[in-house]
Parts: sequence; C-alpha cells; structure tokens
Amino acid sequence: MSDALLRVEHLVKEFKVKAVTGIRAVDQVVHAVSDVSFEVGRGQTLGLVGESGSGKSTIGRCVLRLIEPTSGSVIYDNAELTTMGREDLRQLRRKMQIVFQDPYASLDPRLTVGSAIAEPLEIHKVKSDHAERVAELLTLVGLSADHASRFPHEFSGGQRQRIGIARALALQPNFLVLDEPVSALDVSIQAGVINLLQDLQKEMGLSYLFIAHDLSVVRHISDRIAVMYLGKIVEVADSEHLHEVPAHPYTEALLSAVPSPDPVVERQRHRIVLQGDVPSPINPPSGCRFRTRCPRAEALCAEQEPMLSEIAPGHQVACHFPDSTPVSLRGTGNVRR
Amino acid sequence: MEPVLSIRDLRVSFKTPAGIVQAVRGVNLDVAPGEVVGVVGESGSGKSVSFLSIMGLLPPSATVTGSATVVGTQMVGVSAQQVRSQRGKKIAMIFQDPLSALNPVHRIGAQIVEMIQAHQDMSKADAHARAVELLDIVGLPQPDVRANQYPHEFSGGMRQRVMIAMAIANDPDVLIADEPTTALDVTVQAQILEVIENVRQRLNTAVVFITHDLGVVARVADRVEVMYAGNTVERGLVNDMFATPHHPYTQGLLASLPSHNKERLKPILGSPPNMISPPSGCAFRPRCAHATDACASAPSDLVQVGSTQTACIRAVELAGGAK
Repeated sequence: MSDALLRVEHLVKEFKVKAVTGIRAVDQVVHAVSDVSFEVGRGQTLGLVGESGSGKSTIGRCVLRLIEPTSGSVIYDNAELTTMGREDLRQLRRKMQIVFQDPYASLDPRLTVGSAIAEPLEIHKVKSDHAERVAELLTLVGLSADHASRFPHEFSGGQRQRIGIARALALQPNFLVLDEPVSALDVSIQAGVINLLQDLQKEMGLSYLFIAHDLSVVRHISDRIAVMYLGKIVEVADSEHLHEVPAHPYTEALLSAVPSPDPVVERQRHRIVLQGDVPSPINPPSGCRFRTRCPRAEALCAEQEPMLSEIAPGHQVACHFPDSTPVSLRGTGNVRR
Repeated sequence: MEPVLSIRDLRVSFKTPAGIVQAVRGVNLDVAPGEVVGVVGESGSGKSVSFLSIMGLLPPSATVTGSATVVGTQMVGVSAQQVRSQRGKKIAMIFQDPLSALNPVHRIGAQIVEMIQAHQDMSKADAHARAVELLDIVGLPQPDVRANQYPHEFSGGMRQRVMIAMAIANDPDVLIADEPTTALDVTVQAQILEVIENVRQRLNTAVVFITHDLGVVARVADRVEVMYAGNTVERGLVNDMFATPHHPYTQGLLASLPSHNKERLKPILGSPPNMISPPSGCAFRPRCAHATDACASAPSDLVQVGSTQTACIRAVELAGGAK
C-alpha cells in the first residue's frame, strides 16, 4: 500500500478558542483532530465516517490545506503538502479538488453556471477553449451544454450538486475530497449523484476521500472505511469487512444504530443504544476517548491510550479489547448496554 | 376504535408572487389511539405543511380548507382561540430543530411550567414538580438540576428530550413528530426513537412521525402514508409497504436506497413537479416508467391493491405482471 496516492501521517489540528468562565475569558484548545494517519489508494474511495464534531470535515480541509494543520504530514503523490510554498501548492491544487455539502451555498448566485465552471480554468490560466470545456463538463455530469448560460437558482438541489462536481473536475484532478456531497439531497435524487460519482471514478481513475455521516451511502461507495470518534480514527477496514466484523465497540454501536429500511429486520435486530453524549473535544477523556460511553471499558482504558493496530490483514482497530467475532454471531434481541 | 385524529380533504395553498402553490391537495387520514403512523415523502411533498396547518402554525399567506378533528374538536376553519385551546393539550408537536423551538433566556423548567399552566389549573410549585417528573420520563439525567438550566447548556439530543417532555406535559392524545431526529447523529437518534417509543407505551399517545428517512419509518411506524406532490399516494401496514409496495413512486423510493450488495443505484428520474401548476391526474406520471394517457386524468383516490391502498390506476395490472 506504499503506492497510495494520499498519505496522511500523525495529522493534528487544534483550534484555539476563548471560553468564558465566570467573568474571565480563558484560552482553551479544541482538539479537533488528534494524531490521525490513513492512506487513500489510487482509484480507490476511502469513506470517513463519524458523528458531528468527530473531526472528519476538518481532516478534509487539512488535506487540501484549506486550513493549516497544527502538525503532521500530508503526502500527495510523494510530495509533502504541509511545508510546500504557495506557488507549488497552487499548482498541486489542480490535482486535488473538493465538493461541498450544500449545493446552494457553494455556488455564487450571480455567476452563470458556465462562468462558475470556467472560473478554475481562468484562475489556473488554462489555455483552451473554455466554452467548449464547460460544455464538455456539463455533459459529463449529466446536464446539457446549453445550461451554461443559466443561473444557479434555476436548478434543483441535485442539479446544483452536479454543477459543483463539474467545477471540481474542470482542471482534471486525480483526487477529490467529497464532503457530505449527497447529505442535502432527497434519496431518489441522491442515488443519481452517487451513480455519477462512481461512473466518473471509473472513467477518470479518480481517488475519493468520501466524508459522510450516512453509513449506508458510505458502505455503498467506499472500498475502505475509517471510523472517527472525537478526533481519532478508531477503526479502519475494507467496507464489507467492517460491517461484518466491527471490532471497535463504537463502530459496533454506530452500525447497529443505523435504521435499516426493512421493518422485519428492524424489529428483530441486535441494537446497542449508547448512553450519554460525546464528551467535549476541549477536554477529551484520558486514555481511550470512547471509554466514558463504552460497555467494555476497564481501568486500563483510562490509563493507556489504545493505538491503532492491525488485528487482521487490512483491519486496524484502536481498542484494548477488540471483538473479532462476526457481528452475525454476537447474539440477537435488543441488548441495552 | 374512534380515531383520535381524523383528517378529511385537507387542502393547503400559499399565495406567492409567482402564483398559488398547491402544497396539500386533499389529504385524508385517520389515526387510532396509541398507533404510530409514519408519513414519508421528499422535500415539498406537503408532509410537514399538512400537520402545521392542523396545528394552526402556518403564516397568513396560507389558505387551509377541509376538516381535521382531534378527539372530536375541529381544528380547521375555526377561530385561533379554539385552535390554541387544543394545541399543546390534545395535540402537540415536536420539530426538527429543538434549539429554535426553545426560548434561550428562560430556564427549561419554567418553559415546561408555562406549558402546563396554559392548560391546567395548577400551582407553580406543583407544575414545577410535574416538570421535573416529565424530564425524568424522557430520560434526562438529574432532572431536578437540569430543570434550572438554560437551553444552551443542553446538547442537541437532550434538547429534543426537553421538547418531548414539553409536548407530553398535558398528556396529549396525538403527538406530531416532524423530522425529530433529522438533525441528530445516528447514535443520538437511536436514543430519541427509544424515548418516543417509551412515551407511546406509557401514555398511549398516538404518534404521527413525519420523516424522509425510510429506515426510521421501518423502525418506528405501525402504518405508513407515502406522500407525493400534496397527496397520499400509498398507505399500508409497515411490513406490507416495504415488502410489496404497489405505487411506482413508493417502489422507486425503496429502489433508490443503497442496499448491501453493491449494485448500481436506481434513482427516480426527473424532479418533483412545480406545485404552482402540478400535472393533471397522477402527479407522478411525468417521472413514471409506467405512465399511460389514462394517468393524465387519474383520480387521486386510494384503492385497495393486494395488501396496500394505492392511488395508482395501473397498480393491479402492474402487480399482475402484465405490461
């Protein structure tokens, strides 16, 4: 796996915030991403899942240096991004693009769709017929070339997301960060956008970092999945393997909480309802960050942080007590832990 | 059993500069005591607007006609005062965003007390004790301490518990839950669904659960209503609806979900109609693979086909395997 397109090593992002306690403002640190390492293989999709505040979007932005990482390294195609100068970074960004969640906020309402898609071509001074390229891109994402003269408000959510994808593809990148690209769309529309992303990946050999909270979508599109909790990756495995043998108790709870669109399955399934809330990233628990809500937690978990380590080929878990029994053999009925 | 909520030919339209938007176009629904009815549909299908209209919560630009009775009391076309006398008492509602539904400058306990005293003759001390009890019912730890805190001191899931406590303060017969878990993470969603289920069992409250998430419906609902373009297009028991849907829209919706095998997804082509000038007859026909000329004048009545009731005039024929 050393020929990965993107390698992230020991990435840390901390945000300084002022918290008011009583009448004094105190400087505090939000540990958004804490020592995270992962790889995205060429032509592969890595799904990054986690709940709000787990740090998944922060990682997406750090990878492109849209925000500066506090420490750690991001290596794209053997080039280190974190120490790169402005001009080199600019050049490299042609190869790395991002699609955002909200197709309403990410398009300038006063630019025609054509100008929005041509903007990256102008910024990077690409010498080609821009109008022709815009037409080509619009067709590529399933819209028609004559849509170029229209404005964003004339399009539905699904169509706008296609425009966002066309713009991200304008410079022929190899790598896309997809930050919740279908979360704002209705399911019947979402399916079309997912198909488009998969087709484009196949045709153009793209690699994706797919950030989402919807696990059924992530399972469908990803080759591998990394699960995040409170700024840490707690488990990484091949998509199907992760669903079959979720070894980390958080992954197990997360997967069991996703309602399945099948009432028969829903009424019989083994469900783990986690108690309490995610702790504050300002003051994360010592040792394992999940221990405060973990059914398996023991004294060791508070003392020593579990490192991400391999329990099966390609399957890494950060837990002192991983469970390598397939989920189908873990008992039935609603178990409340 | 007498229904606790009975809706007949409910229609809602909005005046806009572009024309009259026909958001709800003749919805009928009966909800029995203690049952959970899932109302599913995509953005703009009229699922939220239908119930906001019954609660008297729509802006003045809305015109509401038809009938909706809650335990015998009419909620449509009556004075604001009559609606107010029932709202929060016999019928209560919780929303997607609990933060904007709570007053930021009042303590949680005081807001629940206000709700109790609006409908019951109770002293402040008794109402406060009742508020603490309600917070305990919805699973809030340390309810006596939490009652004295402000909304910003609660997490999203905890705020939704507070909303549920407030909604059940006067022991309503019907609880309308409008996307109550959409803004929450899945592990928190699981907690809230459990709270709603507990409330239903404990108080025998009927629940109308409005959502776009078919997984949530499969989990919580006894019965499902599928809405499209302001009409109910299919109705049935939850197992029947998911096992053998008869309306092409319901079929399309279920088929568009990612399944465990990595088969290519099947989106529904096109987009929902413009509700200023919706298509005649069956509103789904421009997107339907089975549409014929007859669909342009199809009535929106539900007809029993197999185990579900559907508005598709070709459902019998399609279910039989004929073209």
